[in-house]
Order: sequence, then C-alpha cells, then structure tokens
Amino acid sequence: MTMLLDVKDLRKTFPGHTGLFGNVLDRVHAVDGISFSIGEGRTLGLVGESGCGKSTVGRALLRLIEPSSGSILFQGNDITHLPERELRALRRRMQIVFQDPYSSLNPRQRAGDIVAEPLKVHGIAAAAERRVLTEALFARVGLTARQMALYPHQFSGGQRQRISIARALSLGPRFIVADEPVSALDVSVQAQVINLLMDLQVQDGLSYLFISHNLAVVEHVSHDVAVMYLGRIVEYTDKATIFAQPLHPYTKALMAAVPVADPAVRRDKKHVMGDVPSPINRPPGCHFHPRCPIARPQCLRDEPVLREIQPGHRVACHLV
Amino acid sequence: MLPVLEVSGLTTVFQTRSGLVRAVQDVSFSVNPGETLAIVGESGCGKTMTALSLMRLIPSPPGRITGGTVKLDGIDLLALDDAGMRRMRGSQIAMIFQEPMTALNPLFTVGRQIAEMISLHEGISRRSANSRAVEMLQHVRIPAPERRAREYPHQMSGGMRQRAMIAMALACKPKVLIADEPTTALDVTIQAQVLDLIDDLRKELGTAVVLITHDLGVVAEVADRMIVMYAGRKVEEGTTQNLFAAPSHPYLQGLMASIPKFGAQEGARLKEIPGIVPPLNNLPPGCAFAPRCPAAIGPCTETRPPLEMKRQGHAAACWVA
Repeated sequence: MTMLLDVKDLRKTFPGHTGLFGNVLDRVHAVDGISFSIGEGRTLGLVGESGCGKSTVGRALLRLIEPSSGSILFQGNDITHLPERELRALRRRMQIVFQDPYSSLNPRQRAGDIVAEPLKVHGIAAAAERRVLTEALFARVGLTARQMALYPHQFSGGQRQRISIARALSLGPRFIVADEPVSALDVSVQAQVINLLMDLQVQDGLSYLFISHNLAVVEHVSHDVAVMYLGRIVEYTDKATIFAQPLHPYTKALMAAVPVADPAVRRDKKHVMGDVPSPINRPPGCHFHPRCPIARPQCLRDEPVLREIQPGHRVACHLV
Repeated sequence: MLPVLEVSGLTTVFQTRSGLVRAVQDVSFSVNPGETLAIVGESGCGKTMTALSLMRLIPSPPGRITGGTVKLDGIDLLALDDAGMRRMRGSQIAMIFQEPMTALNPLFTVGRQIAEMISLHEGISRRSANSRAVEMLQHVRIPAPERRAREYPHQMSGGMRQRAMIAMALACKPKVLIADEPTTALDVTIQAQVLDLIDDLRKELGTAVVLITHDLGVVAEVADRMIVMYAGRKVEEGTTQNLFAAPSHPYLQGLMASIPKFGAQEGARLKEIPGIVPPLNNLPPGCAFAPRCPAAIGPCTETRPPLEMKRQGHAAACWVA
C-alpha cells in the first residue's frame, strides 16, 4: 500500500519555565519521538488523555507549529523543512478541523465568505465561480445556499462544525487532521458529523488523522489506532486488534475506564490510580510506571521501546 | 421509604431581549435517601437550570422561579427567606460543578475553604474545623491531606480539585448532593476514579445524589433511576434498567442509537437525530420533539403529550410510545 503520510521520529519540545534572563530552565517534551504512517483513504485514530501531545502532533504535521526534529513525508516528499512559500501549496492538500467550532470561525465573516476564503487566498476561481463552488461545498456538508449569508453565531454547534469541514474541503485536500472534531457537540449531533466525515472519506478517498479522547468514537471511525501517553506512542496497531486484544497496561486501563452505556455491564472497579504526571517532569523509565498495576523495577529504570510484538502490533512495554 | 427530595411542578423562566425563555417547565421528581437519580439531556434541555433552581442559585434577574415546590425533608426550599436558604445550602443540600476552578476561591487555601464551611454551619472552633477539613480531604482519598490542605486550588490537578470540591460539598453531610456534570472536564481514567468516589461516599453517608449529565455511559454506570429532559420538560422517567432495556420516547431511542458502540459492524453508519433542538423562546406547538421525530403523527404537532405511565416504573410523554 502506498503511504500518503509517513512520519518518522517526530519530536517537539517547548520551553517550560524560563529564568530571570529568559534562559530556558526546563523543556516540555510534548511529542517525544513518534512514528506512524497513514495510507490513502485510511483513518488513523490518535487517542490519549489531555497533555499527551496528540494535538501537538496534528499541528506539527501541518507545520502550524515547527517540529523540533524528525521527518514528515507527504506523498513521498519531505515537508519537514519546506519554506513558507511552498507551505501554501502544501496546505491545498492538507487541512485541519478543530474541536471548537466557536473559536475557529471568524464571528464577523459570513459563513459563505468563510468557506470561500481559501479559494480566494489561493486564487482558485473568479468571484462568480467561487460562489458556485461554495454553494456546492455547502450542499456537500448538508447546509443550504441560503445559509451562506448568515454569521457563525446564527448556527448551532453542529452546523458550525459543518462550516469548518466545508472550509477544509474547499481546496480539495487529500488529508485532513480532525482534532477532536465532535467533542464539543451533543451526541445526537455528534453522530451527524461523524457520518458526514465518513461519507466524505468514501466519496473522495480522503485520509484522516482523527485525534480524540473518546475511544468509542475512535473505534467507530478508524482503521488503525495509536495510543499516546506523555508524548510517546505506547501501542499502535489496527482497530480490530487493539480493541479485541489491547496489550499495553495503559491501553487496558483506558478501555476499562470508559463508561459503557449498558446498566448490565458493570465496570471493573480496579482502575489506574493517580493523575497524569506533568510533561515537564516525566517519570524516568516507562512514563506510565507510577500508575501501572504491573510495574517492575526495570520499568523505573529503562525506557521501553515501541516494538513489534505480533505482525503489525507494536507495544512499548517491558512486560508484554 | 419517604423521599428526601420532592420536586413538584418546578418552572423557571428567563426574561431575555428576544422574549420569555422557559428553561424549566413543570418538572417533578423525587429522590430517596441514598439513591442516585440522573437527569439526562443535551445542551439547553434545562438540566442545569433545574439543578440551579433546586439550590436557588438562578441568577435573578433575568431568571425567576415562577412555580412549583422543592421539598427537602418536607421543608419547601422555595418558600424560605434568603437567610434560611443559606443555612440549608451546604448543610442540607450541596452542589458540585463541572469546573471546580470556578467554584473554588483562588485566593484561599483549599483547607481553609472547607474549614470555613464547617465552622459556618456547625459553629465549631477554627482549630477543630481545620482538622475536620483535613479529615475530609483524606476521606476523598487525596494523598498527603495535611499538605494538600495548605495548597491553593491552582496547585492541584483537575481531578484533585474535583475531589477537593466533593470534600467541601460533603463536609457537613448534606442529605442531597447535586452533581452537575462532575466528570465532564476530566480524563476518562480520572473520571472513573471520581465516579467511584461519589458512589462510595453515597453509600457511606447515605446521601441522595442528583447527577446531571449528558453522558449515557455515566448514567448506566451509577444511576438507579433517570429522567430525560428535552426543551425544558421531562419527557421520560424510570429505572435506569428499564429505560436502557426499552427506551420508549423516540428521543431517548434516538439518543441511544446515536452513540458509537464498541464492536459495532465495520463501516456501519451511526443513527442520526435529524435537525437541532428548537430555541426555547420559540417552541413548536404540540410535542417539542415532533419536528425531529421519525415517528411523529398528526396529534404530535398539535397537542403536547402528557407524561403517562407506560408500564411499571416507566413513564413517557409521547403520543406514539
């Protein structure tokens, strides 16, 4: 299978605390050497709790933030150090949809202008033609041409997310980073947006990096799943395997913690204790060891590497 | 068993520039001691406004409770004067919120805030209130409670702050705890810890819990009974077991079908509820859900269906069900 996106050893650190003279005292290892790839028409679900670095990954792929090291290959080209001028052309093919449809749309722009903006910026079409294209985009995401004249505040949350999706689609991208795209929506509306994203994938052969903390949603939309903890991927395999046979203790804990909408299913009350440690001051060895029910002395000392346990199933744990 | 909390005909409205918004309309329910009742619904359904009405914390103006009674052990909270209500809050009925950072005072240590509550209601000395505060922090399983009591809210993680708020809410052993989306802002592993904590404390102290949530998974996990709200009204009520086994209102059926489930068929589409929640100042005549309802028939758009017993322990407001 040809890979649309191939990421190798991606890292991103941010300065943490700074001293009196602006010298950096410590660094936040937001993304700490992760590798993955996404094929044409496929969805990789990236799962993890707040602060695990999953959103940083999404932004680094689009070069909205500069990666500290590693490489990003998109359609076979290394885009890790692409100069600003060429980035614009790249963004015709890679787009992002954010979690919060309230803050990612300009409140003073009409919905139609928001969606047409990328066409204008990229000089794709003359004004009249842009209008036709925008109308078609509105229809694709289930909005009406009449709604093009309205402002973002006149739409519901789900409709705003449709506007964001139409905007992302306007340049005909091959790849979309969907960063918690349904987390701010009510469940009845969440289903509408998930179905829309999946329909678009089938129609256009789009690839997604689907970032979410919601395991059930990730299971629904993904082909492959990577679980992140404190900047690293701890488990990475296809969807069916990870849900049927999770191997990393953190993946198991995450799955056990999800409340199941069925009163007959009683959750096992043995869950992970404690909080997620700060990404500035990560525990040595395996970062999960302070919360891990099966940690051994080795886990406090040595960093586990992500290794292939079974064909296509990678786990970073000494005890698997 | 006599219910500890009996809400009857509760109605809360807001005067806005675009007209009168009926946030809560004629809502009735009761909760037994030690029971967990969940109030479920999507944004704008009135579940939080119901909770705030019980606590008499509706911002007024523009809000106003225009009808109904809220009886706590037989005392109507809505009939109390402000001083009387202040004595009830915290000691008899307490509330925890989604975002503990907005409910805790950032300028005082967590220990002092808990102690202040205890000494206010029980008139005990500062020293014994302080040691009670530490006890409470230990009770909610905060490690090193003496040290944590001397910390400020910003020094704690989200899960820790939620525990501290639970400690404060339960310090005076209230009969009723209202928990408004208590775990929505938390990560799932922390959510599991906090849900278990609330449940354990409920059993230990016999507190009745009114849990406000949009998450049906959370409801299935902890609630004995549930009520479903839509557009300010109660549309379904019953035991959690019954409602999950056989939801009778098309709205609850739609909600349940729209949640992605583990192990579902590859590429299967989620069931959608078409359309959006109607604005509360412009509700359709008849059933508020009718415009989105796949089962709607003639009378649904004309006359509002009353809440009726559909079978033992299961009531719904629907002409079709």
